[in-house]
Amino acid sequence: MKKENVFSRLIHNQIFIPIAALLILTLFNLIADPSFFKISMGYNSTGDPVLSGYLITILDYGSELAILAIGMTLVTAASGGQDISVGATIAVAGSAMLRVLCGTNSRPDELQAPIIVAFLVGCLAAMLCGAFNGVLVAYFKIQPMIATLILFTAGRSIAAWINNNELPVINDVGFTYFGGFIPGIPIPTPFFIAVICMIIIALVLKFTTLGLYTQSVGINESSSRLNGLNPAFIKFLTFVILGVCVAVAALIKVSRISSINYSVIAKDIEMDAILAVALGGNSLSGGKFNMAASILGAYVIQFLTTTLYKLNVQSDALSAYKAVVVIILVVLSAPSVREKLSSLGKKLKPQSKEVA
Amino acid sequence: MKRKVLALLTASMMVFGLVACGGDTTADSGNAGAQADAQAGADGGSGDLIKVGIINNDPNESGYRTANDKDMKEMFTEENGYEASFAYSLKNDEQITAAQKFIQDGVDYLLLSAADTAGWDSVLQDAQDAGIRVILFDRTIDADESLYEASIVSDMSKEGQTAVDWLASQGLDEYNVIHIQGVMGSAAQKGRSGALDEKVAAESNWNIVTQQTAEWNAEKAQQIVQSVIDSGTSFNVIYAENDDMAKGAVAALDKANISHGVGKDVIVMGFDCNKWALEELLAGNWNYDGQCNPFQASYIDEIIKKIENGETISEKTIIMDEKGFDASTITQEDVDTYGI
Repeated sequence: MKKENVFSRLIHNQIFIPIAALLILTLFNLIADPSFFKISMGYNSTGDPVLSGYLITILDYGSELAILAIGMTLVTAASGGQDISVGATIAVAGSAMLRVLCGTNSRPDELQAPIIVAFLVGCLAAMLCGAFNGVLVAYFKIQPMIATLILFTAGRSIAAWINNNELPVINDVGFTYFGGFIPGIPIPTPFFIAVICMIIIALVLKFTTLGLYTQSVGINESSSRLNGLNPAFIKFLTFVILGVCVAVAALIKVSRISSINYSVIAKDIEMDAILAVALGGNSLSGGKFNMAASILGAYVIQFLTTTLYKLNVQSDALSAYKAVVVIILVVLSAPSVREKLSSLGKKLKPQSKEVA
Repeated sequence: MKRKVLALLTASMMVFGLVACGGDTTADSGNAGAQADAQAGADGGSGDLIKVGIINNDPNESGYRTANDKDMKEMFTEENGYEASFAYSLKNDEQITAAQKFIQDGVDYLLLSAADTAGWDSVLQDAQDAGIRVILFDRTIDADESLYEASIVSDMSKEGQTAVDWLASQGLDEYNVIHIQGVMGSAAQKGRSGALDEKVAAESNWNIVTQQTAEWNAEKAQQIVQSVIDSGTSFNVIYAENDDMAKGAVAALDKANISHGVGKDVIVMGFDCNKWALEELLAGNWNYDGQCNPFQASYIDEIIKKIENGETISEKTIIMDEKGFDASTITQEDVDTYGI
């Protein structure tokens, strides 16, 4: 009896969904090809030690997604909608960073400004984009998906305009560390950046009222206003926070190839970020959220992507497989299906008692 | 009520947007027309300049287009005996409007790089009736051949063939190729993939390790190559269908300490001849870059000269020479001349 309680509590815990998905994927890979889990130590072309293997790749590429999932979770919780302009905003922020680093010459031999300055400018650009979305959603009460559609459409053109449509290429070893490896440390840097973001957001949620306020606005806007909150400002704030997350992800993205291609950088990443939130078991119509589950969801999605790449699935078909996951999630979380499932569970329970 | 107001606001914003766009284009073509008029006025006396109307895609579309536009502007100058007007658009209907404008202005030649293949018959017929000769460059259209004098295009299959022939001439014992494709179905992808696919099917020592589309995207290419490296499969050639994807692939190689370039473990091949890519060749980090020639102006010039001298154009479709650069023979001069 007690065991059953623990089990049911586990099932009803939100983080169970991404863990279950992770277990299924792990099991699948174990059966299909155990070499998936092999991690080897090697040296990169500059002679520094690096770990390599599929799991490391997941840590590497999943991290930028995890960072985005943090911001997306807050936006979803507060506004009950999603920001679909994330990929375009990454292009804007990345373009702004490169513009600062390159100055007027698109192919400088040395950096024209410290990386931190470039990052702050990129941050500013992304936060402005976030603020723009936030104002439309919070003060003009436009549906988030429609409001962010504007930047989704225009963002990449703005990004191209920032650099006069030139193709900046940076030749600086220091700049590649953010998307690669810091010399002497064999774990990919994006993972550390993601961990820093996670620590910060965990502290913020623990020591400030942000989490509580976000959830209450998401659950019931008018009653939270009656309780003295300012729902519009909180919604606005979540979009700006997402802007910061976007800037961090943009830094990783442009650092990976030391360049940018406006039309394709971070293409469709918003869908993965939203999927991470959904996979974390969070309601996409706002309200309560579980940050840890979202972050885990992001890594699970990268796990899925990497698995599909390993199986040599055509990369333009990847989104079809992800769509299947979305369908399963959405159907399972639909109220009518949940009711049926729980009534089915109740029917089964007495029987199992009798058997016992 | 609120909703209605909002709907009204958005609707009016959209309309404004439309008006603004419309205004822009008319202003543009208006400007072009005005410029042409002004020039015509200034040179009215001389009369021996050849009037050309050039309709191109937006030069900001890509590095290729920027180079293409620059080439056109350098060729069709008064010093070379031309009086040129330019119109740019990525939209077919705007291009057609510009063409009608040029016909009214009475240009001698209409040079066209069409945004879309369809819809050109009637306006080209008008041009023919007005005695204007049409020359297509870079892109072909679905119209009767009699409507234009010549069409100057790239042959993507030939680009692929040149690259594959070069690769074959390297004389490796075994070719294990990572084939990174462009957006599936695009002309460049079809042409550049076709030659390699044929060769792999024909030769027993040519194998495809993986064949994936990275959709011209450097990051996707990096992930694809990363996945092959993680799997531990060995390979010695990266055949990327453009420079961006080759760059992404090289980033993955660098991470795993796999040497690439001249005399190294992996041969890296790209296309398009971006300047930065040719610099990589010069430094010996890549092995081959195939050209997609944006310099059509000299070909057009030649055709116009021929027509003016009363000669006939025997070939309607003219395929440009396109080079392939080998890292062991490329020079700084090549980089400066052919880099885009």
